[in-house]
Amino acid sequence: MSATSAALPRPEPLIQRDPSYGELTRAIAAPLEERPGAAWWSAFLVAASLLALGLGCIGYTIYKGLGVWGLNRTVGWGFDITNFVFWVGIGHAGTLISAILLLLRQQWRTSIARAAEAMTIFAVMCAALFPLIHMGRPWLAFWPLPYPNSRGSLWVNFRSPLAWDVFAISTYFTVSLLFWYLGMVPDFATLRDRASGLRQKLYGWLCLGWDGSAHTWQRYDKACLLLAGLATPLVVSVHTIVSFDFATSVIPGWHATIFPPYFVAGAVFSGFAMVITLLMVTRRAMHLESIITDRHFEYMAKVLLTTGMLVGFAYATELFTAWYSGSEYERFTFHNRAFGPYAWAYWLMVTCNVVVPQVFWSRRARRSAAVLFVASLLVNVGMWFERFNIIVTSLHRDFLPSSWSMYRPTLIEVGILLGTFGLFFTCYLLFVRVAPVIAIHEVKHTLAQQREEAHHG
Amino acid sequence: MADSRRLALHALVFDDPERTVAAVRALRGAGFVVPDVHSPFPVHGLEEALDLPPTRLALATLVGGLLGGSLKLFFQSWVHIVDWPMNIGGKSLFSLPAIVPITFEITVLVAAFATLGALFVRRRLYPRLRPEEAPSQPLRRATDDRFVVLVEERDAGFAPDTFRRLCASLGPSDVIAPWRTL
Repeated sequence: MSATSAALPRPEPLIQRDPSYGELTRAIAAPLEERPGAAWWSAFLVAASLLALGLGCIGYTIYKGLGVWGLNRTVGWGFDITNFVFWVGIGHAGTLISAILLLLRQQWRTSIARAAEAMTIFAVMCAALFPLIHMGRPWLAFWPLPYPNSRGSLWVNFRSPLAWDVFAISTYFTVSLLFWYLGMVPDFATLRDRASGLRQKLYGWLCLGWDGSAHTWQRYDKACLLLAGLATPLVVSVHTIVSFDFATSVIPGWHATIFPPYFVAGAVFSGFAMVITLLMVTRRAMHLESIITDRHFEYMAKVLLTTGMLVGFAYATELFTAWYSGSEYERFTFHNRAFGPYAWAYWLMVTCNVVVPQVFWSRRARRSAAVLFVASLLVNVGMWFERFNIIVTSLHRDFLPSSWSMYRPTLIEVGILLGTFGLFFTCYLLFVRVAPVIAIHEVKHTLAQQREEAHHG
Repeated sequence: MADSRRLALHALVFDDPERTVAAVRALRGAGFVVPDVHSPFPVHGLEEALDLPPTRLALATLVGGLLGGSLKLFFQSWVHIVDWPMNIGGKSLFSLPAIVPITFEITVLVAAFATLGALFVRRRLYPRLRPEEAPSQPLRRATDDRFVVLVEERDAGFAPDTFRRLCASLGPSDVIAPWRTL
């Protein structure tokens, strides 16, 4: 092992130009202390306008009823559930980076974990919107929660996957939020100690009187490890349960035991694509090239390649199982998916999710900002279409040919999807203004270890 | 040691984690009391140098998880067997696999809250209006790039001359004048 690693060229450092600890603090905290520039404002305006458009479309939907959507009796789940699964999936990369890579002691996670966790929180917020609106009467959204009521013995059916979903998503959101906040506490203290006046008070309030005591750090580290240990099975459970919404039904194309791992792999795949897209822009805009380096992106590209192939393997398995099952309906569903009226969506999915990531076999592609950016966008498109394919093509030609129909979204549904992108980017843009986009204390720790290794190695 | 009262705190400021750990070792080796070190990030080897006892935080996680999970399991069983039995195709009212997912989620949720709650209570982390209310932290830069080693001066067993000589040999970037804590 040591002989091999000695023969290999030493990879470039994760944090470049060997800054001092103070320089790291300044590099990350300074953008928060300046007024936002024109670029931030224009991005914020676009995002806020999209959000407003989405809110308008949601308001119209609630006012008129779900009839303004393109759903029909055959296709009862369309854009809304597609978007729900899409956004939940996006969130998974954040937890993977912050929890699983922490347990695996991957040092490269420190530069990107904070932004990825923020992405998780905002993506889950976007996701949770859709089941709420889909209820049609969102003011009754508390009904899926078990609460003592005056309707006799009436409880939620805890055996229903839809009830599992409610608990899974809300637990996931809460635990991610706690983890995110816990990670930011020492950084808020750093900001407090740089600030004065109202900002000092605010950050002082948020950092809970953090003083960097060794006793606190000891327990803090332990708490992070414990939360990571809890979040790891949690993140696997969330998309597993989302996939149960489909897999426990009897619809051909949904009723498959491969769904849980298939969904989890797809979630990590799409989430990493979104992390790459977001951090590409963030790094450029906030001049963080020495902390979020090409090496970080190279690792993420490798994750993309791996999970992309896992997803491709799942597609192939689905096709094989459909054929091997001998079930006429299964076979028809997959034939219809690949060669029916939605074939364009299927092949778009295959191209984006299986073909495009293959470019990352090349090291040059993994290190090219342009290739990474375009590929990550394509993967996101592909993963959105994956969910669209699973949901719509499994439904639109069901057991009874007389009820076959097509689904196409109305402008209102497209508006709501755009609105969630507005919500996501509005939140993200506000986040980069109030909280350090990189975990300052973690990056310093990485730097200290890097120095130690350089010293002794 | 019962009558050895703390008189004042001295603070040695370092700009490098390795030297901080070395200083803590040297000071403690020479018999000085190092109650705490303030640092911008967890310093590798400091726990051992300070000889901190292992934390029992994991116990809170375990208790929280067990409590949340078992209560939720009990509650769901009670709902589906006693309070609101539903006959679904003659299947058993106690359908364990179907109530596992939510039991799992609540286990994780309560365990997470218990972990965080224990951390916050144990280390007295709570929102404070004025940062001065925070536990003694002699230097604002301890959250930026400085490592502050506190040394207790007691009315018994504190040798100022030895301390001064030792300090000079440790290479601190700064020594903060002692302040009285009584």
